[in-house]
Amino acid sequence: MSKGCLAANEWICGEYVRSRQEELTDATLQHIGITVASVGIGLLIALPLAFLARRYRVAASPLLALTTILYTVPSLAMLALLVPMLGISVSVVVTALVLYSLTILLRNILAGLESVPEEVRESARGMGYGPLRMLLTVELPLSLPALMAGVRIATVSTVAMTTVGGIIDFGGLGNLLFSGLDSVFKAQVLTASVICVVLAIVADLLLLGLQWLLTPWARSRSRKPVRARADDAPSDSAEAEAPAGATPLAGKAV
Amino acid sequence: MGVVADTWSWLTTGENWSGTGGVWDRLGEHLFLTLVCMVIACAVALPIALWLGHIGRGGALAINISNVGRAVPTLAVLVLLTISPLGRSELWPTVIALVLFAIPPLLTNAYVGMREADRDVVEAARGMGMSGGQLLARVELPLAYPLIMTGVRTATVQVVATATLAAIAGGGGLGRIITEGFNTYRTPQVVAGAVLVAVLALLVEGALVLLSRWLDPMRRRTAGGPASGAADADAAAGRGVPVSATS
Repeated sequence: MSKGCLAANEWICGEYVRSRQEELTDATLQHIGITVASVGIGLLIALPLAFLARRYRVAASPLLALTTILYTVPSLAMLALLVPMLGISVSVVVTALVLYSLTILLRNILAGLESVPEEVRESARGMGYGPLRMLLTVELPLSLPALMAGVRIATVSTVAMTTVGGIIDFGGLGNLLFSGLDSVFKAQVLTASVICVVLAIVADLLLLGLQWLLTPWARSRSRKPVRARADDAPSDSAEAEAPAGATPLAGKAV
Repeated sequence: MGVVADTWSWLTTGENWSGTGGVWDRLGEHLFLTLVCMVIACAVALPIALWLGHIGRGGALAINISNVGRAVPTLAVLVLLTISPLGRSELWPTVIALVLFAIPPLLTNAYVGMREADRDVVEAARGMGMSGGQLLARVELPLAYPLIMTGVRTATVQVVATATLAAIAGGGGLGRIITEGFNTYRTPQVVAGAVLVAVLALLVEGALVLLSRWLDPMRRRTAGGPASGAADADAAAGRGVPVSATS
């Protein structure tokens, strides 16, 4: 059975996974590398941009408009536009993915900063907090759930979008999709697709765990409403949970 | 700068626009695919979302379908469908993939819009003796309209983008200009195709923003009133902004 599945070009083939283990590992590692680099750089750019947009309100809407326009450009077109500028290299793929993740991250960080209650800000100011200290010790931690929601959305869609980089051979598992398409290699296409989805799920779960570690106060609070809820508005806790999970966003079309 | 000049000359050469495989031909394919798939996706997703939102069930499904849609690479689905038996026809893999990826944003946004319709208003309408159908048509739908249209806009832009990718797997559309350029190492053609696709996506997005404003059922009622501004600001500050707007 398993002996002939490569020759028979079957969809599920253990022999393929065994014999191409190295190729699969390399592609997966490249995929992870591209994703981590893209979201990481995106975050490094989005954070200062969000702080700037928050401090100088006039900058906010042009910045959001620009990133939305960039986000609307389909990924294949984005890659094609970047190739003449950067040559055929991994930086084309990373740049495109950074631009996409930037949009998601910027919006979520801004929304998180907006959601910090004014009273909290007032009391911090009353306690003598300067703008920088307030940003780092009050506003940033309180907006962490929204930020992490953004990081999760950006990461999951970046994992999926990296595949398009296969058109210039820098797409991680996408490379296997492209070569599998050319040679009608069913096992290769299915295996690469499945690994892609698994990568996205694992990354999402890891980030969820990271968020849990980073927001110890949210853990104890999630238990509290049960006690407080009896007479308080029961809808309150449900709404507080919503932003992270109930994000009615479509994700980037690949 | 050579690339810019070459791209410009590609775009201004008449032969590239006319005939089979010309820009007009590919644009026609692209728009036709987008329209057909959006009609199918809306016909499938919106009734389900409105019904689920109306009865208030299935929230987990409506929300999670978006997360699933995000995690599955469009390209993988296109390639899988193309090398499956369905791939014998050029059209089906593209249509199926486009519809599949248009459904999540439609479903999630419409569902969230229905659920976020002001409960007090809905209760008041019920208290006035409105039936389920009246409630849906005259209260919940108008209130959910902005998010439903956000879903339609998001899904359409997604379909335009995915239709571009379909060219990789042998489908038609403007993406074909890019992939042919890649295969023949003609950079000006690649860039010209990319410019066309990007402009199309932006135009579609802009057109839908205008269309949804024009069709807004609340437009006449709240026009000029101070309430409209307040409600908009409220909606913008309160909910889906970080997400719904990132189409």
